[in-house]
Amino acid sequence: MAATEAAPGSALRAAAAAGLRLLSRLAGLLGGMLATGHAAAADLPEDRADVMYHSYNGGGVTATGPAVLVRKSIDDAFSVSGSYYVDAVSNASIDVVTTASPYHEERIERAAGLDYVYRDALISVAASNSKEPDYTADSASLDVAQDVFGGMTTINLGYSRGWDTVGKRGYPAFSQKADHWQYRGGVTQILSPRWLASANVEVVSDAGYLGSPYRAARVFGAAVPETDPDTRTSRALALRTVGSVGANGAVRAEYRFFWDTWDIRASTYEAGYSQYLEGQRWLVDGYLRYYKQSHASFYSNNFTSEFTYMSRNRQLSTFDSIGVGAKATYSAVRVPARYEIKLNASAERLRFQYGDFTDIRTGKAYSFDANVLELYVSATF
Amino acid sequence: MKADRHGAPARRRAGAWPALALAMLVLGAGGCGVEPWVKPYERERLADPIMKPQRDMLAEKHHEHIYDVREAARGATGVQGGGCGCN
Repeated sequence: MAATEAAPGSALRAAAAAGLRLLSRLAGLLGGMLATGHAAAADLPEDRADVMYHSYNGGGVTATGPAVLVRKSIDDAFSVSGSYYVDAVSNASIDVVTTASPYHEERIERAAGLDYVYRDALISVAASNSKEPDYTADSASLDVAQDVFGGMTTINLGYSRGWDTVGKRGYPAFSQKADHWQYRGGVTQILSPRWLASANVEVVSDAGYLGSPYRAARVFGAAVPETDPDTRTSRALALRTVGSVGANGAVRAEYRFFWDTWDIRASTYEAGYSQYLEGQRWLVDGYLRYYKQSHASFYSNNFTSEFTYMSRNRQLSTFDSIGVGAKATYSAVRVPARYEIKLNASAERLRFQYGDFTDIRTGKAYSFDANVLELYVSATF
Repeated sequence: MKADRHGAPARRRAGAWPALALAMLVLGAGGCGVEPWVKPYERERLADPIMKPQRDMLAEKHHEHIYDVREAARGATGVQGGGCGCN
């Protein structure tokens, strides 16, 4: 066979070309089935470069670091992107101070993506790697966005796959795996020249080691290693709407309902307002976010009998959180149709209030406040 | 699971969503002869960045990570996340 005699490089190129042909055919098929005489093609994401400093401080945890994102189009049909994100974490959270010693560690995430426009479809593939001393996560994703109905409706479909390796500080022999599958779909609809709405669903399945090697559960007040089930499937449904207000404003609202096989139910409500000032030199945003959830079936602050699965992970407890955020964007340099440089500052204040998780030092229900800050420069060209 | 009077399992409430999505798809694809009522030249406001809640992916990723690590809910956010080491 010719293929077996070819050099490895040409075999790779042939495989890549075959993959692209397959994607083209798939997109062509979708386009042929659904397009209704709409001549304009889907848009590639804008070329841009961002440099950001980010910070989170709350509940004894600080996480800060730089992040960089660069995106550039090639040939009008392709856009490549790359990002680098650092989280320098100093952890003295309530879990850590009551059961272990505070620690510092660094998480670095690298990601790369390729977007391809074919007629009314935008096809995106991406891969990422996140590394910290005791946790490595790799993921790959494929997303397709197809404009239909004269560009009034966009249908999104996506799939991601994740592979994690969980380690434990001081125990080099400890190594566990966790796998993740994500399936998502959505519809965005233009309702009027000033009003958009969308609906999105996402199913996430996990299998493997889904707990933490450091965390303890409590039985009759005594600490025992936590045991989580090794499978989980969750579903989320989100509804969003954005409307243009006056000449320079926009208002948005969203609701997400979440439920999973661990018996957790959660609702997220968010509403925001954005306004241009001084022509379009300034853009300011403000928003409110409210989140609440019920606890997992195997969660207890203090078990009164032993079960197969037991956790005292406060992420799985009953709690709510309130967030208030603001953001300002200043257009520092703008050369129309060529490039623009913007300075951005964003801050959010969060409050977490737990219903069935106590500070074991005081016996009182636990709560904490957190501050989130982002400072970044973004250039579009 | 409950059964209806014909003995078939009762449809779970979540089962209605795929049907609704399909109905929207069929309507959206022009199955009812409805014409696109917002012309391309009327979409200038909709194309403005102010209409995109997720304008800056790096900042969105940061917020998403903060929520992911502390809240049990996940998904349907429109933000592409990598692995986060969320345990």
